[in-house]
Amino acid sequence: MHLRFNLLLGGILSAVVVLGGIFASWLTPLDPIMSADLMNAEMPPGREFWFGTDAQGRDIYTRVLYGAQVSLAVGVISQLINSFIGTALGVSAGYWGGWWDDLVNGLTNVMLAIPSLIFALAVMAVLGPGLSSLLIALGLTNWSWTCRIARSSTLSLKSQGYVQAAKTMGYGDIRIMFGQLLPNMIGPILVMATLGIGSAVLSEAALSFLGLGIHPPTPSWGNMLTDARELIVIAPWAAIFPGLAIFLTVLGFNLLGDGLRDALDPHMRTRRV
Amino acid sequence: MTVQPLLDVKNLTVSLPAAGGRQHGIVRDISFNILPGEAYGLVGESGSGKSVTSLAVIGLLKKPLRTSAGQIVFKGTDLRTLSSRAMRRLRGDRVAMIFQEPMTALNPLATVGRQIAEMFVLHQGKTWKEAHELAVGALASVRVPAPEQRVHAYPHQMSGGMRQRVMIAIALACNPDLLIADEPTTALDVTVQAEVLKLIQELCTARGTAVLLISHDLGVIANMCQRVGVMYAGKIVEERDTYELFSDPWHDYTKGLLGALPRLGSRQRHGRSRLVDIDSIIDDRSRLTERLCFEPRKLRAGAEVRP
Amino acid sequence: MLRFTIRRLLQMIPTVITVALLIFIIFSVVPGSFAASMMADGRMDADPALMERMNREFGLDKPLYERFGQYLYDIARFDLGTSFRTRLPVTHMINERVWASLKLAIAAMLFAAVIGVPLGFIAALRPGSIFDTATMIGAVSGLSMPQFWLGLLLMYLFALQLGWLPSFGYGDGGFMHLILPAITLGLTPLALLARTTRAGVLDVLNADYIRTAHSKGMSNQKVVRWHVARNALVLIVTTIGLQFGSLMGAAVVIEKLFSWPGIGSLLVDSVAVRDIPTVQGTILVIVLWFLVINTLIDLVYAAIDPRIKQG
Repeated sequence: MHLRFNLLLGGILSAVVVLGGIFASWLTPLDPIMSADLMNAEMPPGREFWFGTDAQGRDIYTRVLYGAQVSLAVGVISQLINSFIGTALGVSAGYWGGWWDDLVNGLTNVMLAIPSLIFALAVMAVLGPGLSSLLIALGLTNWSWTCRIARSSTLSLKSQGYVQAAKTMGYGDIRIMFGQLLPNMIGPILVMATLGIGSAVLSEAALSFLGLGIHPPTPSWGNMLTDARELIVIAPWAAIFPGLAIFLTVLGFNLLGDGLRDALDPHMRTRRV
Repeated sequence: MTVQPLLDVKNLTVSLPAAGGRQHGIVRDISFNILPGEAYGLVGESGSGKSVTSLAVIGLLKKPLRTSAGQIVFKGTDLRTLSSRAMRRLRGDRVAMIFQEPMTALNPLATVGRQIAEMFVLHQGKTWKEAHELAVGALASVRVPAPEQRVHAYPHQMSGGMRQRVMIAIALACNPDLLIADEPTTALDVTVQAEVLKLIQELCTARGTAVLLISHDLGVIANMCQRVGVMYAGKIVEERDTYELFSDPWHDYTKGLLGALPRLGSRQRHGRSRLVDIDSIIDDRSRLTERLCFEPRKLRAGAEVRP
Repeated sequence: MLRFTIRRLLQMIPTVITVALLIFIIFSVVPGSFAASMMADGRMDADPALMERMNREFGLDKPLYERFGQYLYDIARFDLGTSFRTRLPVTHMINERVWASLKLAIAAMLFAAVIGVPLGFIAALRPGSIFDTATMIGAVSGLSMPQFWLGLLLMYLFALQLGWLPSFGYGDGGFMHLILPAITLGLTPLALLARTTRAGVLDVLNADYIRTAHSKGMSNQKVVRWHVARNALVLIVTTIGLQFGSLMGAAVVIEKLFSWPGIGSLLVDSVAVRDIPTVQGTILVIVLWFLVINTLIDLVYAAIDPRIKQG
């Protein structure tokens, strides 16, 4: 029951966000930036503006939809980078061992010692704000858990018969990694990636909120909240809807990740209900 | 001169609710009794229901298992009618239990002294200080060397045999009337097994404690018990004096069990003896019918053992 | 125990050096020099003579390895350089603000532990109950909540609408100013603690030694108090230690939101104006703090679990 509930609700929430982002221009007639009209400033939610308007009279519903594009792009792409780095380092470290393993292990421990948002801040400080900096900052700072999982799976798979067999048959290292090892650990890595998208969305929102991520006027849920903070007394709806969008998106990916994990690991399911 | 049995189990059934509101009988309508000071053995292959029987007696069945019928009369009272509070007072004090896994049955974060002392605090109203002193004595009684120091040790600092001694000290701390030992030596080295069994036997004889010994190993049972019940598929299929069972088994299953027992010198003809292997049909409990249970089991020659 | 403590403290050193190296590389190798990145903002014209003078002033004209050596040497002397922005020693600026951060972080973690651990504990003792389900739904929601958004809403409700609490700032350092930021910051660790506590307690409840405890005739209450609590604590303590890391990441945003004068808001302000020495120094202090806390946690862990000291 619980298992299917997680997967179902998580899937629905994630799908809604993804579709909302992709079809934003079909779902709203307005432009997220150019629709500014001070005559309509700070209108409460109603018939014309479902989520109300902000200080410049822009429709918040429209901006939330377009904000999904930014959030998802950052979340998915940065997590792809993380998964790639983590898997590549983890598998190669576990497979080759030796000094390379020690090095990767040490690096992973150091990465775990630096809070990832702080690390992302440091990278942003060097690269300056913007979309590509965000992708790099978030893509380089959250791979340590994936790396650990990939490494330990590789270690346990390495000793198994079919990997040994592939070796004796003269398969190359790279071919074994892609052909034998990777397919057998794709489940947990996918789970980490799903959960990682959620946390990347949160980090993007936080960095943009601090003015270090996506710069206005491009709508991002984070920078919408920065604006909303100033007018929270007059126009609380400007704060409520973007925040709700972040919350439901992250909740969707978290539930999806939890559901996937439970589905892949029956042992965990019995322990975690 | 009938002696009142200490424990009288009558028509005990333990069941597991299955899909569709049906009940799977794990233990089905078994009866046996144990006299004061007697050692009674329950033998059978794994899955035959012997451990479940012992847990039912001490009232520690885990959900969804439950006792669905029968009586467990201990010193004249049916334990199934007791309140959980009354049952708790009895458990550990009058009926104690030793488990199979000495590595995990002790709390890794508490000293063994503390874990023994708990018994005196729980059942004899001692203060922790008094209880700790009593724990030293309890540890000495199970022949753990240097008990004054060992009470401060943690389980991970002890060997398996030593830990099982600690378990025995805990179980016998309050001089119970009945000790249930569920495969007490299975997880131990063969040499340690004999020592631990001997210890249980001596301590229980000296204190007049009755023993319900659960084992899959007829050899262990033969050494300890006066009477033995052979369990198979949730039923007791044969109950005899141990000596008689060995010399003249009735049930085919028992014959199989005896045949599976390697013995030196007894059946060595033509330079080699054969160990008998029993075909097991017990894997799928739901397909087990009354007829199958008592149908003579096929016996076939298994692994050959060269002397 | 003393030897274990010393060993754990010594183990921190390589990590600190690697972190210092990593921070150093990020800020030194990646594009251009400090001076160039200062000027890139357009606050100063890219005057080559001025750049050279600044490079010399900050020792940037020397080769990298020499600069790293100097950097490590300075760190060892608790010298984190001079802020580009205020021209004050970075250690001085950090020292002024670190205590406010420490106070906030500890208050948030206390809040999280005091609420989250009992919730998880009770949920585990009644698995499948309404309480359990509600707690777990609350936990996954808490983990998905953008903290600064929650902070904004709390601020709106309790400070601006109801007027019960101050909306932002440090005030005189009193309790009232601490409440909202601490609750906001504590939410994620609270949710995570509730979850891990529940999982940990469920694990312990299935352990063989719990069955042994029941066979002794112990009441459920005593089983929990004597045997479950301590064993579950090991996992709880570890979670708290690990959570301190992400807590300090989140603190950066929350401090900014509530204008809390801690090192988190110092970091954000310094990143915004590319005050590199301050950014470097602040990050180093945060990492060091995280490592110290984890070492402390390890020591607590060793005190709880006798098996650790040997391993």
